[in-house]
Amino acid sequence: MNVPLLTISWVLPLAGAIVMLLVPNPNGSRNHLFRWLGLLVSTATFVVTLGLWYWFQPGGAEFQFIERVPWIPAFGIDYYVGIDGISLLLIVLTGFLTPIALLSSWVGIEHKVKEFVIFLLALEAAMIGVFISLDLFLFYVFWDAMLVPMYFLIGIWGYDQRIYAAIKFMLYTMAGSVLMLIAILGLAYLHSEATGMYSFDLLKLYMLPIAPETQRWFFLAFAVAFAIKVPLFPFHTWLPDAHVQAPTAGSVILAGVLLKMGTYGLVRFAFPLFPMAAAEFAPWLALLATIGIIYGALVAMVQPDMKKLVAYSSVSHLGFVVLGICAMNVQGIQGGVYQMLAHGVSTGGLFFLVGMLSDRRHTRAIAAFGGLKNVVPRLTAASLIITLASIGMPALNGFIGEFLIMLGAFRWDPRYVVAAGLGVILSAVYMLWMFQRVYYGPVTDSHNADMPDMKAHEWAGIAPLCAMALFMGVAPTLFLKPMEPSVKRIVERVQTNQNLRVRNETKDSKFKMQTRSESPQRDEARRVLYPAVP
Amino acid sequence: MFNTNLDAIIPMLCVTLAGLAAMGAEAFRSPGERIAIGGLGIIGLIGAAISAAMLWNRNAEGFGVIVADNFGLFITLTLVIVGVLTIMFSSQVLERDGMPSGEYYALLLFSIVGMIMMATANDLLVIFIALEILSLAVYVLTGIRREIGGTEAAFKYFLLGAFSSAFFLYGIAFTYGITGSTRLSAVGSYLSAQALTGSPLILIALGLLLVGFAFKISAVPFHMWTPDAYEGAPAIVTGFMSTGVKAAAFASFARVFLSSFEPFRADWAPLVAAIAAATMILGTVVGVAQSNLKRMLAYSSIAHGGYLLVGLVAANQVGKAAILFYLLAYSVTNLAAFGVIALLGTRDRNNDELRDYAGLWHSRPALAALMTVCLLSLGGLPPTAGFIGKWYIFSAAVSAGYYWLAIIGVLTSVVSVFFYLRVVVMMYMEDRQGAPEPARVTAFGMTALGIAIVAIFSLGILPTPVLNLAAESIATIF
Repeated sequence: MNVPLLTISWVLPLAGAIVMLLVPNPNGSRNHLFRWLGLLVSTATFVVTLGLWYWFQPGGAEFQFIERVPWIPAFGIDYYVGIDGISLLLIVLTGFLTPIALLSSWVGIEHKVKEFVIFLLALEAAMIGVFISLDLFLFYVFWDAMLVPMYFLIGIWGYDQRIYAAIKFMLYTMAGSVLMLIAILGLAYLHSEATGMYSFDLLKLYMLPIAPETQRWFFLAFAVAFAIKVPLFPFHTWLPDAHVQAPTAGSVILAGVLLKMGTYGLVRFAFPLFPMAAAEFAPWLALLATIGIIYGALVAMVQPDMKKLVAYSSVSHLGFVVLGICAMNVQGIQGGVYQMLAHGVSTGGLFFLVGMLSDRRHTRAIAAFGGLKNVVPRLTAASLIITLASIGMPALNGFIGEFLIMLGAFRWDPRYVVAAGLGVILSAVYMLWMFQRVYYGPVTDSHNADMPDMKAHEWAGIAPLCAMALFMGVAPTLFLKPMEPSVKRIVERVQTNQNLRVRNETKDSKFKMQTRSESPQRDEARRVLYPAVP
Repeated sequence: MFNTNLDAIIPMLCVTLAGLAAMGAEAFRSPGERIAIGGLGIIGLIGAAISAAMLWNRNAEGFGVIVADNFGLFITLTLVIVGVLTIMFSSQVLERDGMPSGEYYALLLFSIVGMIMMATANDLLVIFIALEILSLAVYVLTGIRREIGGTEAAFKYFLLGAFSSAFFLYGIAFTYGITGSTRLSAVGSYLSAQALTGSPLILIALGLLLVGFAFKISAVPFHMWTPDAYEGAPAIVTGFMSTGVKAAAFASFARVFLSSFEPFRADWAPLVAAIAAATMILGTVVGVAQSNLKRMLAYSSIAHGGYLLVGLVAANQVGKAAILFYLLAYSVTNLAAFGVIALLGTRDRNNDELRDYAGLWHSRPALAALMTVCLLSLGGLPPTAGFIGKWYIFSAAVSAGYYWLAIIGVLTSVVSVFFYLRVVVMMYMEDRQGAPEPARVTAFGMTALGIAIVAIFSLGILPTPVLNLAAESIATIF
């Protein structure tokens, strides 16, 4: 393909935003034009990402659609983009969720609609840029650039505590990412020490031998930045505020895509660049993830505010993803990536639904609702599908991800899975309890009696989400296949370095490597039970 | 005896002539007649820029004390940009506030002459003379709007400045006493030839010179004059002071310490590193508490001085080029920010409190957007020039092994984003309750802002040409 599809995928929304900037919108008279234009541009971007999927060759682990142009040669910085299976799926998710996010705030946002659409499109451009960058400088530029539109989206169009939430979000995320900046600079410097020239090329830096002590510090720096983004307990405190105070579109995008950047960063950068440190710190990360799973679930259970409940459920579900990544085997990481996609769809749907309810009644309190099943049956049906997908019921997408994660984590260290399994039960508890209180039972509040059912634009947003939840649940191979070679390669890279370390430090009993056993009986048992799995 | 070729001082001569022409135009002006004196200034500055460009790579020497090498010429070009933008912003301010325009432009241009001289000087005494030329003009400009606040600020600045100049002169005296010359090249070769490490006289000389320079760049603990002087001066003069003076002082600081006193790096580097850390931290932390925008930007410029000092300490090749690039990026951005503050004031009110910016987006959307870009660039967010500048400086620090300085630097950047964002919050997210209507902005002002924004984005997205220029600039002398 000679057409630079990857560059188009992020330039298109940005160009749309710039064009919209130049069209005046006196007194909001053209609001509808801007909404439709935004929908058009974001759908076009989605089509571009689908095109990327269509032309993607699923067999290899190599990066495809590579574009490389020297940018700042003095530093060895190139404009270097490319995708493999993992990033492909994530940019399709981004392209999928942005029009839906726009639809979720179709009527909710009334003032300064033009600027709203502009910021949303700029955010989309930055998000796609993060997933496709193969040059660390370019990655950092897009990473920080993504903060500015999100800050404005929360701060201008959010709810009553929006400014506090927006500043908290920005400063918290930036604090983590500047530490990552130091680590990136350190990596480039190490590369220049080893080869004589600076480079921020990710693939070259993968090959760079780094001393274990340095690896520890750099891994921590990267991990902190990503842990804040995921969010991993105890760096999660920005999330409830940001989610609750953001407008519906902001929440859909924040939960659907932005949180995935943290876990993507762990898979793409932190673990493969510093495998020895990763192996050392993985148990701790997994511990934090497990605490997050349980803690998020418990706190979600007692929330009276629907949006905050869903926000804490995000903490809980993304703890699963991190647990899967820490398992550092094929099932774990595949499950983690799959759960990223599934969580994007289901939590995006949850925020969409909560937004619908709060737009109708101007409250997010669960107690204000009740008995909606008979008043808005279609909304209830959609809500049920999304809720069950979020819980992880088989035949819907959440199940595949969680199952693979727990399988992978069990092979690594069974203790975490016991706690994680508890989290699955708890998530069913709080989600179903919320569903029951909102939709079942008698109509307790008279205002609910004449609530309108879903309108056209809400259908247009929810139907794809429900369809995707079902589709991903019954036909997961379509999504698992593209990512498999890349995941295998990452696992190989991490495990090879772990083995080297085990061989070199045989006396060190601290590092028990569970992924490669030394007993022949275990090997035989594994061959019998899991013949297809490496 | 020495080179009497005028080539090296042609940039200075252009600006001097422009200044004299401004004085003459003002003297021969009949009352009520309007002459575009600012235009004369711009012509002179453009002449200086053209001659600086023609002198590139020629290492012209003038009278043995001025050396127009690439380093000095890069700073000259930066100062020309600062001067042109200041003049463009000033035209509206002068009319509105009734300040004497001829004297204003003349002082501005003479100050720029002093700055160019300071950046290209090769001799400590000439540096001192240049320092005095630029400082005296700036002292007067601080108090040019005859009101209590301005006069107090001017006096504070003058007294403290005179005191620190005395320290500087004493340091020059010691240096002369030890090395027998004030020419930087001679000082450098004497110090590297003789093994004088640990000699108390050299340390005293270093300390005194450091005090003099640190005062000019507002480094902690010599920064106390900055918030008061910046708050009392008219906003556009503050913009000029915070950018031009800093650029010239840093250029001279780098030249003196990195070429002549390089053999004593082990003595002054830890001290300058500690000063850099303290400056960054203090500038950021105290800036958080400010409600007056000019004071807040004063503390922010103190913090930026700290980042530049990090580049100075980490003075490998990357560090020196980083200082040049950062000075350019910071000058354009800071001047634009102060320009917005200046343009929004009226004759009776300065309109520089934070609450005067509430809801600016509704009444002046373009101005609010431009101010946002400037603030984001000062905070170091991509894709602006400030981000590339900080990247460059912290690269230098990490390569030189000063990890702790880099960590302090990035963390203070995050904190500084807080108080920059506070202004953005005010502009975009508050409603205008009783805030006065901001003034209309003239075409000149908007053009200047437009130039600044284009510069910020082009330096942020395609910095390579300027990075190459900066790298070329340090190759010759260091």
